[in-house]
Amino acid sequence: MSASAPQTRSQTPPAAAPARSRASRTPTPTRTVIRALLRKELLVELRTLESVPGMSLFAVTTFVVFHFALNRNTIDGDEAAGILWVTLLFAAMLGINRLFVADADQGGFDGFLIAPVERSALLVAKAAALLAYLVVLEIVAVPAFALLLLAPPIGQALPGLFAVLILGDLGVAAIGTLVAALAVRTRARDLLGPLLALPLLVPIVIGASRASSPLLVLSHPGGPPGRWMLLLGLYDLVFGLIAYALFEFLLED
Amino acid sequence: MYGKGLRALSISTVVVMAIALGLVFFYVPLEAQEGFLQKIFYVHVPLAIVALGGFVLGGVFAILHLRTRDARWDMRSYVAIHMSLIFGVATLITGSIWAKGSWGHWWVWNEPTLVSFLIIFLLYATYQPLRFAIEDPERQARYASVFAITAGAFVPLNYIAVNLATAYVHPRVFSSTHNLPASMAFTLLVSLIAMVLLYATLCKYELTAKYTRAQVRAARRLLEQRSVGGAPVSSRRTRSAVPSVYPGSAPGQVAGEPAS
Repeated sequence: MSASAPQTRSQTPPAAAPARSRASRTPTPTRTVIRALLRKELLVELRTLESVPGMSLFAVTTFVVFHFALNRNTIDGDEAAGILWVTLLFAAMLGINRLFVADADQGGFDGFLIAPVERSALLVAKAAALLAYLVVLEIVAVPAFALLLLAPPIGQALPGLFAVLILGDLGVAAIGTLVAALAVRTRARDLLGPLLALPLLVPIVIGASRASSPLLVLSHPGGPPGRWMLLLGLYDLVFGLIAYALFEFLLED
Repeated sequence: MYGKGLRALSISTVVVMAIALGLVFFYVPLEAQEGFLQKIFYVHVPLAIVALGGFVLGGVFAILHLRTRDARWDMRSYVAIHMSLIFGVATLITGSIWAKGSWGHWWVWNEPTLVSFLIIFLLYATYQPLRFAIEDPERQARYASVFAITAGAFVPLNYIAVNLATAYVHPRVFSSTHNLPASMAFTLLVSLIAMVLLYATLCKYELTAKYTRAQVRAARRLLEQRSVGGAPVSSRRTRSAVPSVYPGSAPGQVAGEPAS
């Protein structure tokens, strides 16, 4: 996994340790590890195109489905915010479900565990990769949403919506990564991932859709309401810390 | 091990439960607006409090499990969550009945406590599917603990979020614990104690049953091994959805179940 760390974890007792060269004992800095892992992640995605195109296509298709299911040509306000976030969430679920599959099936976990590096580096790298997927997804899905369903022009809402999307994405990335790691080595991982993730994401849906609904109305929006942004930020922070604290326990074998 | 004190606990539960029901039906006055229906309050609220407390307790036990790596903490965490799930079903049912009686609908979205309880319940309902989709007992315990801690932290956070989402839009229809008359508060307290005791007793029963079953299984395995002469015997595969704990047995027996 990280080619810059040739040493394996020492099996020798501490008394025999000084015999080993000093250079081989300095651990690889975590930042380097994260960068290498993230690079690998994005490279794999670029070469296989397994997640992001599927997620984007799913989102666009879902908008079409909503058009027929609601029997409406245009929507705004609460409805628009709800449909946008539900669609993004379900599209994100596709990415979450695939996030660790290659690692579990093709020995990525084993390779990572052999490397003498900080375990949480994998969490950070995976969450960053998921965040990148979500950003790309939204670059496709939000314009498509504006084009297909949204009644008011999206231009004036964009700056506020951007802030809400980023805060929402951070939470989805943190929770999604934790849940993906939790579900991937179970028998029913395709089922358990969404089942675990959806209730945990309810506060994100509350915050994000309440924050974005005033932006998606015809009258000029003033910006996302601070209370919901605060809720989103706090939730992101708390679940980021929880994921960081618990992730290493998922990687012990 | 867990059986000690079980009888005393059971008896005190029955006694306190009887006192609580007596208070509910014969002592506490009828509530002015809702009348007799309001008495479900003394069942519903303690059930909800105990269920939520049990979920958080399961998370605390899970932290202890990850810290000490003692499988017994995992079993306690499992039992706490399992029992809370049962109490949770009862909470949702009694809540629904109460809502139907006093507001005319089986479900109301503007009661944040009920809504957040449902979300928490839906999350915990995945605990057992997650747990029993993992074969390896050690990993099963570890993953279940990670889930229990995450979900335990989610309980208060979700409550805050749902409250925020509801409280500012609709005024609370009524507030259940503020300005309660002394007789009602006292009855509620006794009912709560009774419910806590019931929870503790049921948990203890389940722990005792699991522990005994594990001991019997270990003893039977030992017997089979002796009778064959040391060769590992493929024991009958238990179909139980029970966290694996083999107290007092050789460590080799923990992972000794061959895959069938």
